[in-house]
Amino acid sequence: MTHTASTGTVATRRLGLLSIALLALTVILGLFVSDEDVIQGSTVRIMYVHVPTIWVAYMAFAFTAVCSAIYLSGKNRSLAWDRVGGASAEIGVLFVAISLVTGSLWGRITWGTYWVWDARLTSTAFLFITYVGYLAVRRLGGTQRQRAKRSAVLALLAVLEIPLVHFSVRLWRSLHQEASVANRGTDVELDGLMLFTLFLGLVAFTVLYVWMMLHRQRGIALEDALADKGLDVAIEQRRAESVVN
Amino acid sequence: MEHASFVIGSYIVTFASIGAYIWWFLRRAKNLAQNATSEDMPWT
Amino acid sequence: MSINASPHSRWKVIRSIARKDVLVEWNSRVLTNQVAPFALVVMIMFAFALDNEGILQRVAPGLVWLATLFSMLIVVQRSFSVETADGALDALRVAGVSPSGIFYGKSLALMVQLFILQVLLMSVALVLYNVEISVMGVVEAIVTMVAATCGLAFVGTLYGGLAAGARGRETLLPLLLLPVVAPVLIGATRATEAAFETAGTDVSEGWPWIGLLGVFAVVFGAVGSVAFGPLIDE
Repeated sequence: MTHTASTGTVATRRLGLLSIALLALTVILGLFVSDEDVIQGSTVRIMYVHVPTIWVAYMAFAFTAVCSAIYLSGKNRSLAWDRVGGASAEIGVLFVAISLVTGSLWGRITWGTYWVWDARLTSTAFLFITYVGYLAVRRLGGTQRQRAKRSAVLALLAVLEIPLVHFSVRLWRSLHQEASVANRGTDVELDGLMLFTLFLGLVAFTVLYVWMMLHRQRGIALEDALADKGLDVAIEQRRAESVVN
Repeated sequence: MEHASFVIGSYIVTFASIGAYIWWFLRRAKNLAQNATSEDMPWT
Repeated sequence: MSINASPHSRWKVIRSIARKDVLVEWNSRVLTNQVAPFALVVMIMFAFALDNEGILQRVAPGLVWLATLFSMLIVVQRSFSVETADGALDALRVAGVSPSGIFYGKSLALMVQLFILQVLLMSVALVLYNVEISVMGVVEAIVTMVAATCGLAFVGTLYGGLAAGARGRETLLPLLLLPVVAPVLIGATRATEAAFETAGTDVSEGWPWIGLLGVFAVVFGAVGSVAFGPLIDE
């Protein structure tokens, strides 16, 4: 074989190194160098990973919606749009999950509980479940075109349904006074090095997302190409070999 | 650092899960690439 | 040229499909013999679990709509298993029937079934959970049921079409459908709370929520007719 057996290229290698450097700097600044918050103390440090991860998740899902719209907009669009959209959604689900966990840990200290039924958290939990469903639909089988069409329609329905859910939940929570307790401390004012660290985190995780997306969608392209060739059996054999080794 | 376990725990959860996911899809792609031709891999 | 060119023929398609679905249901009595008893069991189980008459009365509206949603899953699956068993849906498509016609037809049938179920559940709640209701409350409850049922029917038909067919897909329906109908659950429950005047809620407070239900129904009624086609085309 004259090609490298991986999804890496010169470009992704450089991107990966950049990503590692930026993330390392974010961790150092976030965890050690930057000051504690006046009110929140050291828990503000959690924000440096919590905020970027939810930001990346929103971005990832928005990108999936765009890819879905492009795929559906014309006849015979390239399946690459489906693969990229699918990869992006997968990453989005992971990042929402991380965001929910880190947010929950933050909440345990700030509010005293791991979970609070405020509008933002509830909507985020819904976002997570919706896209878990999206990923499940992608695994339903059938041809790649079928998968692409189904997923694309579903992603666009999600764009419709998520604001509806969010709006309903907001309306619902506005009935209850306790919501204001949760809002205390959620919006933190940062300045100086803390603000810089937050933005650095946003940039770092965004670069990471791009790198992950490039690799994952190439991985999906490989899966699709080989599924076409019906080499699933060979893959299983190889995996069994590597386990033995 | 107060609440160090929570703060550091958050960082660990974040990076460990991302790392695990990356490791998973890179390994998977590597296994698949063994059986692929150059045509299947237009980025090379 | 499509056989559904004029609005008149489109309405005919919708009506005949709705009629077919309702007749199939009427003949099989699944709704009356299986779904309604299931819904009743759910309502009774809530009482076992919650074990407090004051609490039951307080949460009665929510319980009614939860029972409705769980029952809806069965009704939707049934609505589509009838089609896919003999490939009837595919036959309709091949014959050139417009997907939006099928969508509205099946939605209409689903609406009727869900409404009947809803009336039953509301009545049972009044008895089992010790709820009192005024005349204005009854009016509001009925309007709520109509508005909510429309939205549920549209969404149920849409996602039911997606989850229909090949084995291993029906189990996906709850996961896909329940998050989407959250606004209906929220809106219908709040409106019903107002209708039942639960915990001092005034009847007038329910109408905004009915507005939300209406928006939901209109949005998914419009979008569903477009999205249904691609989802059932295999």
